[in-house]
Amino acid sequence: MQWEIVIGLEIHAQLSTQSKIFSGASTAYGAMPNTQASIVDLALPGVLPVLNRGAVERAVKFGLAIGATINSPSIFARKNYFYPDLPKGYQISQYERPIVEGGNILIQTEEAEKNIRLTRAHLEEDAGKSLHEDFHGMSGIDLNRAGTPLLEIVSEPDMRSSAEAVAYAKSLHSLVRWIGICDGNMQEGSFRCDANVSVRPRGSDTYGTRCEIKNLNSFRFLEKAIEFEAERQIDILEDGGSVRQETRLYDANKGETRTMRSKEDANDYRYFPDPDLLPVEISPDWIDQLREALPELPQARRERYVTEFGLSAYDASVLTGSRELSDYFEATVQRLPAQAKLCANWIMGEISARLNKADMDVASCPVAPETLAALLSRVEDGTVSGKAAKTVFDSLWQGEMDQQVDAIIEAKGLKQISDDSAIEQQVDDVLAANAHLVADFRSGKEKAFNALVGQVMKATQGKANPAQVNAILRKKLSGQ
Amino acid sequence: MLNDSLKQLSRRLADKQVSSVELTTEYLERIQRLNPEYNAFITVDADKSLQQAHAADQKIAVGDAGPLTGIPVAQKDIFCTQGWLTTCGSRMLSNFVSPYDAGVIERFNAAGAVNIGKTNMDEFAMGSSNENSYYGPVRNPWDISAVPGGSSGGSACAVAARMAPAATGTDTGGSIRQPAAFCGISGIKPTYGTVSRYGMIAFASSLDQGGPMARSAEDLALMLNVMTGFDARDSTSLQRDAEDYTRDLENPLSGLRIGLPKEYFAEGMHGDVARAIESALDEYRKLGAETLEVSLPNSPLSIPVYYVLAPAEASSNLSRFDGVRYGYRAESYQDLADMYRKTRADGFGAEVKRRILIGTYVLSHGYYDAYYIQAQKVRRLIAQDFKHAFAQCDVIMGPTAPSVAFDIGEKSSDPVQMYLSDIYTSAASLAGLPGMSIPVGFGEKNRPVGLHIIGNYFTESRMLNVAHQYQRATDWHLKMPDL
Repeated sequence: MQWEIVIGLEIHAQLSTQSKIFSGASTAYGAMPNTQASIVDLALPGVLPVLNRGAVERAVKFGLAIGATINSPSIFARKNYFYPDLPKGYQISQYERPIVEGGNILIQTEEAEKNIRLTRAHLEEDAGKSLHEDFHGMSGIDLNRAGTPLLEIVSEPDMRSSAEAVAYAKSLHSLVRWIGICDGNMQEGSFRCDANVSVRPRGSDTYGTRCEIKNLNSFRFLEKAIEFEAERQIDILEDGGSVRQETRLYDANKGETRTMRSKEDANDYRYFPDPDLLPVEISPDWIDQLREALPELPQARRERYVTEFGLSAYDASVLTGSRELSDYFEATVQRLPAQAKLCANWIMGEISARLNKADMDVASCPVAPETLAALLSRVEDGTVSGKAAKTVFDSLWQGEMDQQVDAIIEAKGLKQISDDSAIEQQVDDVLAANAHLVADFRSGKEKAFNALVGQVMKATQGKANPAQVNAILRKKLSGQ
Repeated sequence: MLNDSLKQLSRRLADKQVSSVELTTEYLERIQRLNPEYNAFITVDADKSLQQAHAADQKIAVGDAGPLTGIPVAQKDIFCTQGWLTTCGSRMLSNFVSPYDAGVIERFNAAGAVNIGKTNMDEFAMGSSNENSYYGPVRNPWDISAVPGGSSGGSACAVAARMAPAATGTDTGGSIRQPAAFCGISGIKPTYGTVSRYGMIAFASSLDQGGPMARSAEDLALMLNVMTGFDARDSTSLQRDAEDYTRDLENPLSGLRIGLPKEYFAEGMHGDVARAIESALDEYRKLGAETLEVSLPNSPLSIPVYYVLAPAEASSNLSRFDGVRYGYRAESYQDLADMYRKTRADGFGAEVKRRILIGTYVLSHGYYDAYYIQAQKVRRLIAQDFKHAFAQCDVIMGPTAPSVAFDIGEKSSDPVQMYLSDIYTSAASLAGLPGMSIPVGFGEKNRPVGLHIIGNYFTESRMLNVAHQYQRATDWHLKMPDL
């Protein structure tokens, strides 16, 4: 039988506020345990939550960026369960009337573009951390993370392969960073994925029983976990069994998922509106202000790169993979508007390769966009050849000669010979010294022409402008 | 001096007839003498109180005194008080010394008042008799075999027995008004959102409201001046201009329209209570007020609605008491679940556990719509009733409780009978309206009767005026139990 995989993702993006969602404590990562837990985070008797405006603004920006509905009023609810790292015995989250509802994200896989629908995105607080090692049989609790603002972004089950799921997660990851609401640091847990996976016979219009896989903290784990899980479910079904609805944990070391808790063990969370927090009213004016503060979004830029610069859809998509890369391209092309393709090729080629090799991101690229533009304008005006430009780029990357492009070209003698009379002189010399090649050419051997070009280039140490060499050589051979 | 009003005490302090240290010492001595029998205080800390009294005397000496500077005030043990044991009447917090001050405590400190001690209460404010305290029952100063009411029974007893000139209380369904009635004192629960809930240990967040308990409406006004005000740390706190609650006290009552809900004057009210209320209404008519019948058709539903919503919120609010970070933790346990189980089984008393169970049930999957959502709908209808009634009248009056104080032990085995003590008070709580109780005489066994006054939102000044004019004409509020 042919099986189809159905995937929906729940992504927790930590919002980049300075302080927590309901207290004034810092959200900075990596402090000594419990040094960033205020009395509100510790849930002392009598303390009350006060909503962080910055968290609301970030959620609204996200909603606007995906074309969703912003609910006003939006309501906070309590999700009740006991766990030692959940200080109040409930998590303040949203249930009915989440702040963001609906919306879409366009993803690009190798095959095609696809639209993924979002169900909702809601604000909630993170829990603390339980530490089960180093306490001699006891557990330690670190509440630094308790109360950190999260946006839980829930997709519809619109993805049909691990590749689509990864493309979606990457798009979302890029978007939240693009609009500046989340730092996207997956190692520090700022962007965490849970995947709902089910399988069904291809062509079926009902969903299979799903399993939720928790805590996938890299795109690679997301991909592997989905593949493993789909395979596991298919095996069960092909053996005549049935999939049990449950929550599973991905073990990155073994590359497998295993049961965390079954549906029967699931808590009744007893959601109800939090009486300590008033419904959040978000005025149209406030929404307008936030909309105006949004940067140009990746989708808009992609379209503009195609229409304004004539780039391919693929190039446009690569260049808008992150805001930093896209901004780098923008800053470069702004100085060379007629050479967008040249700029794009260099950024996707030489620059990206160098950055990859050095494990750096484009924001810390040692060659500034204006420097790159200066170099590319020398390619454009024929001062250097494309090949020589790469040598110049090496020097720029190393920071040589204060990154003065012209000085480097000069010092390294990389200037292309574009002076007709100088090239003519060289051509004459080569023709005189290679009478047999001239004879071969005249007898119809076209290859001899290329050999003559090679001789001229050799004589000029590669500096002669190849186009001019071609033209002059042809003129001389035909005119004589 | 024990019968002095706050204004009189303040004048004595200003005139240097007495120092705050002397005044505080006198009250501390009285507490020392009476508290073993009446059990109104859970914690008394003479050193801390006298330290505050010293500081107050210095403020007075340099002419930096406000109306409450140097005056002892008893604080209900529900208000977190820095450096003080803050138990909320529970074993669960029997070791909890608060590292911070509630908004209300901050305000009293800033006003220079002296904290004379933390008063006993029903555990987590759940109860109408003060028999649900881990620290034992409080006794009624008018009759030692009677309950003082609850949950602010310790505060009511302390004020009635002159162990404090004034006290704070909190009211979720009647916890200021009913004990005020039972102990023959005055108490007001202001409009929801007027007094900060920050640091006030939550029972039912959408209903809880702090307020003062004192001997007269005038004293209540001075207390409210200190207690009220916006607090950004409480998201339900209302942003309003500060007001002087004494401003309307002396206004005449001519033309006052008093609404009498026909539902309150039907069955259920005891004859002795009815007689006292009738004569109070006669007094009001003499003062120029007119009475008219109004209807609150949904008010009979207020007890069932209250006993769905309050336990629902409580079941969640009390989840933080898990033995993990502070408070009581069971001594031995097998694992995490066992620790929770034993800690909460031993740390909470029977009534608290009953309400957590009720609350957990009504919020459960499959029951939520039938109970919680339904109760919220009726809650809105109850508020609508009041809106209609206040189109016809300025204040609503009736009895605070259906009977005078009952005997200790009389209702403790019958929770529903106990819950019915709040039958007249819970509707105003559900609507978020201000309500107050003032003493208007004595009923059976010579136990006090309280008149319940409900006002429209933010009409506390008017309500205090209505109470004050009655107290100018009568002397029920000056009666003192013979102790």
